[in-house]
Amino acid sequence: MSDDAANVLAVDVRLAYPDFSLDARLDVDLQGVTGLFGPSGSGKSTLLRIIAGLERRAEGTVTFGCDAWQDSSRHEFTRADRRPVGYVFQDARLFEHLDVDGNLKYAADRAPRTATSIATDEIIAACDLKALLPRRVGVLSGGERQRVALARTLMTQPRLLLLDEPLASLDAERKKEILPYLEALPQRFGIPAVYVSHAVDEMARLADRVAVLQNGSIVAAGDAVEILNRTNLLPAGAMFDAATILETRVSEHLPGLHLTRLQFQQHEIVVPMLGERAQGDIVRLHVRAGDVALATTAPQGLSFRNVLPGTIAAIDAADASAFASATVDIGGTLLRVHLTRHAVDELALAPGRPVFALLKTAAFDRRGG
Amino acid sequence: MPDLGPVWLTLALAAVTTMILLVIGTPLAWWLSVTRGRFKPAVEAITALPLILPPTVLGFYFLIALGPASPIGEFWVQITGDSLTFSFSGLVIASVVYSLPFMVQPLQSAFEQVGRAPLEAAATLRASPIDAFFTVAAPMAKRGFLTASVLAFAHTIGEFGVVLMVGGNIPGRTKVISIAIYEHVETLNYAEAHVLSAGLLVFSFVTLFFVYAVLRRNDAHVG
Repeated sequence: MSDDAANVLAVDVRLAYPDFSLDARLDVDLQGVTGLFGPSGSGKSTLLRIIAGLERRAEGTVTFGCDAWQDSSRHEFTRADRRPVGYVFQDARLFEHLDVDGNLKYAADRAPRTATSIATDEIIAACDLKALLPRRVGVLSGGERQRVALARTLMTQPRLLLLDEPLASLDAERKKEILPYLEALPQRFGIPAVYVSHAVDEMARLADRVAVLQNGSIVAAGDAVEILNRTNLLPAGAMFDAATILETRVSEHLPGLHLTRLQFQQHEIVVPMLGERAQGDIVRLHVRAGDVALATTAPQGLSFRNVLPGTIAAIDAADASAFASATVDIGGTLLRVHLTRHAVDELALAPGRPVFALLKTAAFDRRGG
Repeated sequence: MPDLGPVWLTLALAAVTTMILLVIGTPLAWWLSVTRGRFKPAVEAITALPLILPPTVLGFYFLIALGPASPIGEFWVQITGDSLTFSFSGLVIASVVYSLPFMVQPLQSAFEQVGRAPLEAAATLRASPIDAFFTVAAPMAKRGFLTASVLAFAHTIGEFGVVLMVGGNIPGRTKVISIAIYEHVETLNYAEAHVLSAGLLVFSFVTLFFVYAVLRRNDAHVG
């Protein structure tokens, strides 16, 4: 087998339920984070469960590098407990009869001991769990539970991390609390990960590559920025959530103003200080369509700090709605904008028309690469 | 001072029965909690039969099945030189069947309440199915084990009809408390009947009180 095959998780599986069937083929690079993206009920979690060995009924093949985990035509099936994967469930699934320390030890006691093992102390430090160790699981907050679940999974010394919407059951504040951990861990410990979510912002922030699932099939796969910016993959009715990912580079910090200047193509974008990023680092900006305004002339005397010139590529206005969505071509990147139909008429916006896109400074999610 | 023989015999019978039921009832309850096979309703029905059958029906069939004329009874006589009917061993076998639903049903619902989720989590943490059962499912179902054991124990202590049919009334061998009380009443020895009856009443109350108190304390822990 070639070196390429040794670094790929190859999945080609089918699983039928009375009301739903999954038929997915996907090659996952065993490096960095692969996002599995799609609306609820598209089969993301089922696919992840098949990879983990939790769906025995699934047919087809799952091959991890050179190891065949499953080949239903030859009746081969490696049990979940014999696959070196770590699985973080949406609902954490901590063991309620053990305290936090007991949960971590449960995993550590069963982990293979190898020369490259991650040290227990390092995992506890990375997830900030030292103070929580003696706590009963029942008293933990949602965010704390997910941190324990994450650490418990790392304790198994997994060669592949499977993250099943670990943020979905948390409120916005808790999400903010967990995201930095999720963002840092795969790189910090060098473990490839498959991250399942239906949230574009999480994908933009965490994933290097994205595969899109719809009705049980993979409909697109590739580089995260490219895939997430494809308008036709957006779930219907998600216009408010629509967003564009801009890949930028840190050009300088402005400590006096608590701002960081980013370079996007030949343009400049200013965002709140990103102290942890060094000059030249790649930062992904996740710009929501509702946080962009359009102007037909270069604006002056405006509180919006970031102005990107471009041309209207398309306008989509449904008759029954007050709203329209537009895409603006900025040097090849298609920026999504959410606006009223009234504004479209008033400004005579039409494909080909030059415009200026105004971006709110505070409206960014970011991601290092 | 009343004869305490029946008391010790009863406790011994209940203890042995409960231990045997733990060993065979646990896998049966586990299987019932996870299976979706077509035999499940049949097995559930058979397990529940002792709940509704008159003890005399069970006792009658046991008398036939365990008697020296039956293959089982004959085999037993050959290896032990003793009869299964009208013996302590026969009482144990009858009690195990008679109290089976009291062990299996609470355990089954406890396992169902634990559900698949924690066991899947255990599997992804490299625990084999047996490992996961003993380290996750069983501890999480410990209240079910407690309830099931106490109910099986108490129900065995309280049985009468099956014991009478299978065991008769042999002091030191098959004369348990309920039989002794029956005999005292038959012979108009009310004083002795009072002592044993009141003793059983108090014992049963204390046992159940203990169980409910423990269950309540566990509740408070979880919350």
